[in-house]
Amino acid sequence: MASEMEKKEVFDTESAKDLVKELRASFGSGKTKSYEWRRTQLTAMLKMLDEEEPQIVAALREDLSKPELESSVYEIAMLKNSCRLALKELKHWMKPEKAKTSLVTFPSSAEIVSEPLGVVLVISAWNYPFLLSLDPVIGAIAAGNAIVLKPSEIAPASASLLAKLVATYLDSSCIKVVEGAVPETSALLEQKWDKIFYTGNGRVARVVMAAAAKHLTPVVLELGGKSPVIVDSDINLLVATRRIIAGKWACNNGQACISPDYIITTKDYASKLVDSFKNELEKFYGKNPLESKDLSHIVNSNHFVRLSKLLDEDNVSSKIVHGGERDKTNLMIAPTILLDVPQDSLIMNEEIFGPLLPIITVDKVEDSFDVINSSGTKPLSAYLFTNNKKLKEKFVATVSAGGLVVNDTTVHVAEHTLPFGGVGDSGIGAYHGKFSFDAFSHKKAVLYRGFACDAFVRYPPYTRGKLRFFQAFLGGSILGMIRAVLRWSKS
Amino acid sequence: MEESVAVAELRETFKSGRTRSVAWRKNQLRALIDLINENEDSIFKALHQDLGKHPVESYRDEVGVILKSASYTLSCLDKWVAPRKSELPWLLFPAKGEVQPEPLGVVLIFASWNFPITLALDPLIGAISAGNTVLLKPSELAPACLSFLIETIPHYLDNKAIKVVGGRVEVAERLLQLKWDKIFFTGSPRVGRLVMAAAARYLTPVTLELGAKCPAIVDILSSPFKTKVAAKRIVGGKWGPCTGQACISIDYLLVEEKFASTLIELLKKYIKRFYGENIKDLKSIARIVNKHNFQRLHNLLKDPNVAASVVYGGSVDEDKLVIEPTILLDPPLDSEIMTEEIFGPLLPIITVKKIEESIDFINSKPNPLVIYAFTEDETFKKRILSETSSGTVTFNDSMIQFLCDTLPFGGVGQSGFGRYHGKYSFDTFSHEKAVLHRGFFPELEPRYPPWTNFKLMFIKLAYKFDYLGLILLMMGLKKS
Repeated sequence: MASEMEKKEVFDTESAKDLVKELRASFGSGKTKSYEWRRTQLTAMLKMLDEEEPQIVAALREDLSKPELESSVYEIAMLKNSCRLALKELKHWMKPEKAKTSLVTFPSSAEIVSEPLGVVLVISAWNYPFLLSLDPVIGAIAAGNAIVLKPSEIAPASASLLAKLVATYLDSSCIKVVEGAVPETSALLEQKWDKIFYTGNGRVARVVMAAAAKHLTPVVLELGGKSPVIVDSDINLLVATRRIIAGKWACNNGQACISPDYIITTKDYASKLVDSFKNELEKFYGKNPLESKDLSHIVNSNHFVRLSKLLDEDNVSSKIVHGGERDKTNLMIAPTILLDVPQDSLIMNEEIFGPLLPIITVDKVEDSFDVINSSGTKPLSAYLFTNNKKLKEKFVATVSAGGLVVNDTTVHVAEHTLPFGGVGDSGIGAYHGKFSFDAFSHKKAVLYRGFACDAFVRYPPYTRGKLRFFQAFLGGSILGMIRAVLRWSKS
Repeated sequence: MEESVAVAELRETFKSGRTRSVAWRKNQLRALIDLINENEDSIFKALHQDLGKHPVESYRDEVGVILKSASYTLSCLDKWVAPRKSELPWLLFPAKGEVQPEPLGVVLIFASWNFPITLALDPLIGAISAGNTVLLKPSELAPACLSFLIETIPHYLDNKAIKVVGGRVEVAERLLQLKWDKIFFTGSPRVGRLVMAAAARYLTPVTLELGAKCPAIVDILSSPFKTKVAAKRIVGGKWGPCTGQACISIDYLLVEEKFASTLIELLKKYIKRFYGENIKDLKSIARIVNKHNFQRLHNLLKDPNVAASVVYGGSVDEDKLVIEPTILLDPPLDSEIMTEEIFGPLLPIITVKKIEESIDFINSKPNPLVIYAFTEDETFKKRILSETSSGTVTFNDSMIQFLCDTLPFGGVGQSGFGRYHGKYSFDTFSHEKAVLHRGFFPELEPRYPPWTNFKLMFIKLAYKFDYLGLILLMMGLKKS
């Protein structure tokens, strides 16, 4: 324990440099490239998730008061699925992909070979501290890299547990955890990495990308944004309401990058929607939600103060139609709904990341698209509840976001055949399933040529005949090529 | 500021939705093909003026490449824009998942001077095919081509959606201060860093097509015929495209000591046959782009230890900006010619005792765009593939991988990231949007609080896709 404390205190640029050097040597040895190594690491991680579930649940309760079900499902079960999928598909993912070749390079064969990038850095976030740390690590392992994981210091019990578990279960000559805050992260960012995978907010993402630019390091940035929910009127209101609640408050009490941030619905439908929310929220969380064991708390007092400020702004506090109760000691805010806050209010201009849900009303549901697109930024997700086919089509065609879901919220994150990532301000790159493997791989193009059929037209001296041949050749015209050759032999 | 006015117009055009239509994209591609076909002679003239390229070289490396790329894209576009279906598990039934490509928005393309038509228009083809609006900034170091593009593009393409801007470094710097939805850069690692740092301010995704020293391993081949073919491909590949000023040019050779002199004789023979006996009679070969690069290359040769290693060529003509094809044998490994990317008509040959040593040598340098290897040894090929890293590996030829539309073209490490050509161009300028459609029915009660052990068990089984377990649980036959 004492030496760990020492390590924590002196992790500076020199330590970071040494760390990277050590990992480069490990990677250079070729160990991580082998199928066996990747398989044993993924298997060990699965074992770790099985055996350590109670400890993980306890750490999450300590950091976030996360209900056991959320921990078990959104952190542990999702990670186990990720491991199992990678184990099942690994051989297939590692195989080279054949590429077609054309007349232009005849005779030849081609393939695309996946190779690890090398030594990668994964910086994770505090709201799903296990999921967002280990899910990218699973991809990095599957792709054969050496890894440094920097969990968020804002969830300290989880960070500490991660460091301990990774050291115990995984190959610590190739996979390391560095705990710490801004100084440690900065020290890490000064080093040259072969890839940086960052989950968090836009402000820090800019710092990460600028640091990566110095070494021409490619990045994946999983950020956030204001994920809107459009609610049409002719729908199964009960189901829609519950699914919105499940995506908002049952996901870390709104502190998730894909949580519904705000709702857009018609003026006519708003009160029905509000009533439906009131009923279902009471069924889920009881009359005293501040005391419900089924809601996470706000992660720390900084965020509590931030969220309180959003609620206390002039012209906003009067728009609360449900909830608004706060418990500063326990860092708890009840599910809160607001109706028609001003468009220029703080709550409508920054990602809420908490249990507050503004509802904006429009005259016609089609006007929602303008509201979303006028924000000038592209969110991580966007949701639509409707039975209207044309509206669905317009939604898919005009709303740009990382991912869209029709008639549900957040479930796309569990679907490994869909790439999960943002666009514009919500991020760069994607992962989950095979996309994780690809995110941490270099796809090397390989062309095999033979010595036969050496095309003398390639070489000088250049003549008009050779020009004609090229015109036909690059145009794919066999007849043209024959003609060109015949004209030549005539002249 | 002119540039921000241009960008504002590009954004308006993108917002109007016009560039999303597949018909618009196809029209632009057809117009581009017309532009090339109707102005072939002007293009040849501009390339000759800027770089001394022969029309056949210009056709092979620039005109023909763009025509091929545009035609290929036209023939595949309908397929590429269609959403890709995703298989979803029964658990989510009824549901439909797909990945829908969409344009990123307003993109900035920086082109380099060495293939001023190809490196401007090939990325442009990708950007158009993906439905974006584009600002193209060709290099001012190829001024005749730059003028050609500035004058001709507005006559053929939609000039509210595709703009060309000239100017020097100051213009590029101003452009980088603005917000883009994607930046595509071809050039040096030094400038690549600046581009990415500028992009970081807006979290703009970038593709960087850079360079590094591309080696060619030349193993001993089983017949004189094959050896001759290899030598021709090395000579034709090194000095043919822009006299070695290409990101994928062979930078240096690695050969076994005992084979070096045979190879050198063959290289000399083909150099003379293809390009002429001496500097006064050079033909079918481009020239150095400008005085600055000429001086840079000349200086590489001025190091006395390097000069002493010249075994062929070495003559220069400063007025004509010509350096004849030059071969060096074992220049000092710490000389600049062996530490910097050459980007010119000088070819060092490094000898090793055994050809397998090439692998360590290559790994001691930054990851290149391409590794070329002339060998018939299948074990050695496998070792090269698994023990080195590069954007591409080409066996038994040079340069030709550039023409393969089904292979991704891009670097790794110092040679860059991102890729293009063929569908990869379309993808590079697209956002792949995940879309999940669900029905309202059936409903899974255990999704919702208040939480109970039953619900926990249910969700755990659901996540494992343990449908049997779920049925048993619901029938009360499994303990929760």
